[in-house]
Amino acid sequence: MSTTAKRLAQKLKKAFSTALGSVSEFRDELTLIVTDPAQIKDVCQYAKTELGFDYLVDVSSVDNYGEDPRFEVVYEMYGYEHQAHLRLVATVSEESAVIPSVTSVWKTADWHEREIYDMMGISFEGHPDLRRILMWEGYPYFPLRKDFPLAGKATELPEVAFSKPAPLEGGPFVTTAGSEDRQRGEPRSKSVSS
Amino acid sequence: MPENPTEIGYNTKIEGDVIVTRADAVLNWFRKNSLWPMPMGLACCAIELMAAGSSRFDISRFGSEVMRFSPRQSDLMIVAGTVTYKMGLAVKRIYDQMAEPKWVIAMGACASTGGMYRSYAVMQGVDNILPVDVYVAGCPPRPEALLDALMKLQTKVGKEPVIRTQKALPVEA
Repeated sequence: MSTTAKRLAQKLKKAFSTALGSVSEFRDELTLIVTDPAQIKDVCQYAKTELGFDYLVDVSSVDNYGEDPRFEVVYEMYGYEHQAHLRLVATVSEESAVIPSVTSVWKTADWHEREIYDMMGISFEGHPDLRRILMWEGYPYFPLRKDFPLAGKATELPEVAFSKPAPLEGGPFVTTAGSEDRQRGEPRSKSVSS
Repeated sequence: MPENPTEIGYNTKIEGDVIVTRADAVLNWFRKNSLWPMPMGLACCAIELMAAGSSRFDISRFGSEVMRFSPRQSDLMIVAGTVTYKMGLAVKRIYDQMAEPKWVIAMGACASTGGMYRSYAVMQGVDNILPVDVYVAGCPPRPEALLDALMKLQTKVGKEPVIRTQKALPVEA
């Protein structure tokens, strides 16, 4: 793990001591918790202009269903100059499900944020064009949320698209939750009849 | 008369320069040997479809080399790949624009049944929206499998009663 990344993370934490939580390290990767998601844009702006994190690798989201706050938005950033990697994790509550957009910092955040909006239903304040990106406009659900069934739900939007739940029926495609080990839980170890 | 009445029989010794056959048989002979495909390539099956069109497998041996990227000039839609619900009605619209008579080959597991995608986003077989004539197994099927499907379709086309179906069409007042 590069000492540069550690130094930059500490620098970022010092600049935003009220908005950032502790720095944690796991398998040579640094993660910073953003305790105040309202400041995410300022944190990212500082990380880009002052600390040289000029490349936003990815923005993704996590649904911790049953916990509060429910959602996490994860920002992976990288600097070409110093070649250090840093991860920011911001929490978003289910009630608001809103976080400021970082499209004004990195343009590439545009489609990442649209995907998160489409799949997880988190809105991005200040996004220039927050539309669905994979599902069609007018689809009523957010399919990557944990309370959305794997098979999908029936929808009907005349002239645009329809959808039906896929047949699962305990077939070879379904992973069994809570099975003792992956060997038994994974689809390939199951016969169609079981 | 030939043994199989759907085939064209021609015996030079008896018939000379005249061919005696049935109208159905000769019309079907025209149709089945120039099925112009509409390549509905949606996923990796489309790569095998392209291979079927290239020199090694050479779909032109069956009169189907004229891949038309316009539905108005095609007879046969080859649905090659995963049909998502978002794409579904677009596929249907293209099929609707094809002139009669028209046929459909569902190429590969995805187009036939949804394949490995048991998901909210994937249509579980293109037969949810189109009348499929031949299903091809495989993920993706080899070009030979597609050619076999084409030959099966040719057999099917050869047995269709042309005149009768045309009479059965509704007459506009």
